[in-house]
Amino acid sequence: MKSRFDLMLATTLACLGLAGLGVALGGAVYAQEIHAGAYPQQTGEDLFRGICQGCHMPDAKGAIGAGAYPALANNMRLAAAIYPITVVVNGQRAMPNFGEDLSDAQIANVINYVRTHFGNHYKDVVSPAAVKAARR
Amino acid sequence: MIDKPAAPMNRRSLFKLIGAVAGSAVMYQAMSELGHAGESGYAGPIPLKGDVKGASVLILGAGVAGMSAALELRNAGYKVQVLEYNDRPGGRNWSLYGGDTYTELGGFTQHVQFAEGLYLNPGPWRIPYHHRALLDYCKRLKVALEPFTQVNYAAYLHSAKAFGGKPQRYREVQADFNGHVGELLAKAANQSRLDESVSREDKEVLLEAMRDWGALDKNYEYKKSLLVSERRGYLSDPGGGLTSDSVDSDPLAFHDLMQSRLWSSISAGHVYEFQSSIFQPVGGMGMIGKAFGRELGPLIQYNAKVTEIKQDGRGVTVAYQDTQGGGAKVAQADWCICTIPASILSQIPITVGAPMKAAIDALYYDSAIKVGLQFKRRFWEQDESIYGGISFTDLPNALIGYPNSRYFDDGPGVLLGAYTFGANSFQYAALSPEDRIKKTLEYGSQIHPQYKTEFQHGVAVAWHRVPWTLGCAGHWTDELRAKHYDDLCAIDGRIVLAGEHASRLPAWQEGALLSSLDAIRRLHERVLAG
Repeated sequence: MKSRFDLMLATTLACLGLAGLGVALGGAVYAQEIHAGAYPQQTGEDLFRGICQGCHMPDAKGAIGAGAYPALANNMRLAAAIYPITVVVNGQRAMPNFGEDLSDAQIANVINYVRTHFGNHYKDVVSPAAVKAARR
Repeated sequence: MIDKPAAPMNRRSLFKLIGAVAGSAVMYQAMSELGHAGESGYAGPIPLKGDVKGASVLILGAGVAGMSAALELRNAGYKVQVLEYNDRPGGRNWSLYGGDTYTELGGFTQHVQFAEGLYLNPGPWRIPYHHRALLDYCKRLKVALEPFTQVNYAAYLHSAKAFGGKPQRYREVQADFNGHVGELLAKAANQSRLDESVSREDKEVLLEAMRDWGALDKNYEYKKSLLVSERRGYLSDPGGGLTSDSVDSDPLAFHDLMQSRLWSSISAGHVYEFQSSIFQPVGGMGMIGKAFGRELGPLIQYNAKVTEIKQDGRGVTVAYQDTQGGGAKVAQADWCICTIPASILSQIPITVGAPMKAAIDALYYDSAIKVGLQFKRRFWEQDESIYGGISFTDLPNALIGYPNSRYFDDGPGVLLGAYTFGANSFQYAALSPEDRIKKTLEYGSQIHPQYKTEFQHGVAVAWHRVPWTLGCAGHWTDELRAKHYDDLCAIDGRIVLAGEHASRLPAWQEGALLSSLDAIRRLHERVLAG
């Protein structure tokens, strides 16, 4: 299930966040100098500022180049909470999965933040239990 | 111009012939004797023989995969056209120089102000000696190479949580690790603790080996001595004349060394890809892309954003936007080699079968960050005797890469202040370029306090914000490979994909080249078969 890359991440985390350089395995060596670190952010806003805005941009309006990052602002696809939960946990096309790196509570918090900001006004609250249920 | 390959039988054909006649074991032996077994599957310029009858090929992407395909197919007689999103050749083969402007997604623009000849390689920065395809293209394209230093015994290993945050020299950590481990092993052997697994005969040799490897004394102990200083360095080096006495240095205590985890950075240099010799192009990695671009000239159409890829029984039609105001355009050919990263390609309508489409959609691209910092002077050389190589740290910048050229220059120097993957990289990417540089200076100044007074200018590239890749390289897992890899690489009608993502050397330029060469070999066979 886990890739060599993921295993190196896990090993590094196990090393208390120290400079774990992992073990060279096959062609996955480009990840050799990996320093996985961790996501200390807990609140939805901190998680959005610390991770999501890297691609979805600080105003959550996304960006367009040769390809595009979708806007999270005013996004009708966030109406059904299971959609963002599934995408964050499992990834989708260019979107990486965060299921292994973020806790149920972190994922719930950041989705609740995005669904109530940037022109989104969804009233229902995502619980950590809902995230847990979406993990495969 | 690059000459067409002329050899009637190259090594690979020879090996194939031997394999067919004598079996794979003999072939492997033959390859081993010529020193090629296990190395990059490259055996010289690809021979594409036969009449291609005016067949045309449209190549999407002018990175090393697309441009090597264009070069070889042109030489074989194909009509070739390349479409490239950027206004330059190279793709991820890229160097940023003073005078360059780089705008990442979100509109954050950086004006590079490095001094003449200094650069940052945002993407690849080193070429292992066994990446034979890339080295051969450098030779054919006359790209000058110089040594890249991976392991520098004078560079630092640093942990903010160990030794009061004081960086230790690589040579000290390595010598002390070997010494302490050697002493332990010798002790265990001498106490007969290894008797179950080591014969008496081997035990004698093991003791001898540990003494040699670990710099142990006659009692198999690792301790402060001239012998040990000759490994880890002196407190005061031997000199001449009346002030010539050397002063031995104190090894790090076993417990402190173990708990510091600084030893975890030693194995990087043991990795196949990071073993000597390693090379870099003189003047920046981007010299390779530039050389390919010069070679192909007008065959490359720049500023072309592909918007749709269609095929039918007769050929391939690609719609693209001329991003310099030329509007919507169309290119057609009999065949198409698509090197567009899967992260972009998954967003472009394309007529391929479900298996290839599923493979394209399965890959996201990893996060990576590089920050280049220019300082007024090369203090790492002048103050600390570090000439090239890499220092490692457990801070989020992960490492500091020192320039492997222009040693002893009096002018400014650019070092790689951060190169990181994973969670730290995601968090770096979420910052503005200015804040990434600020953070990198904070981290690096814990290792080199000179940062604070010598810094001049920085450039930060976060790969998830690069408009034409959305990440640094395709993220394969063993599971994904088992499910999708063959479908990604197979020819679908008149379209074949190539690039690092269609290789088993992800993120390496060698992978992109080998993928491309394999794709054009199969395409050529199909063309000749009619």
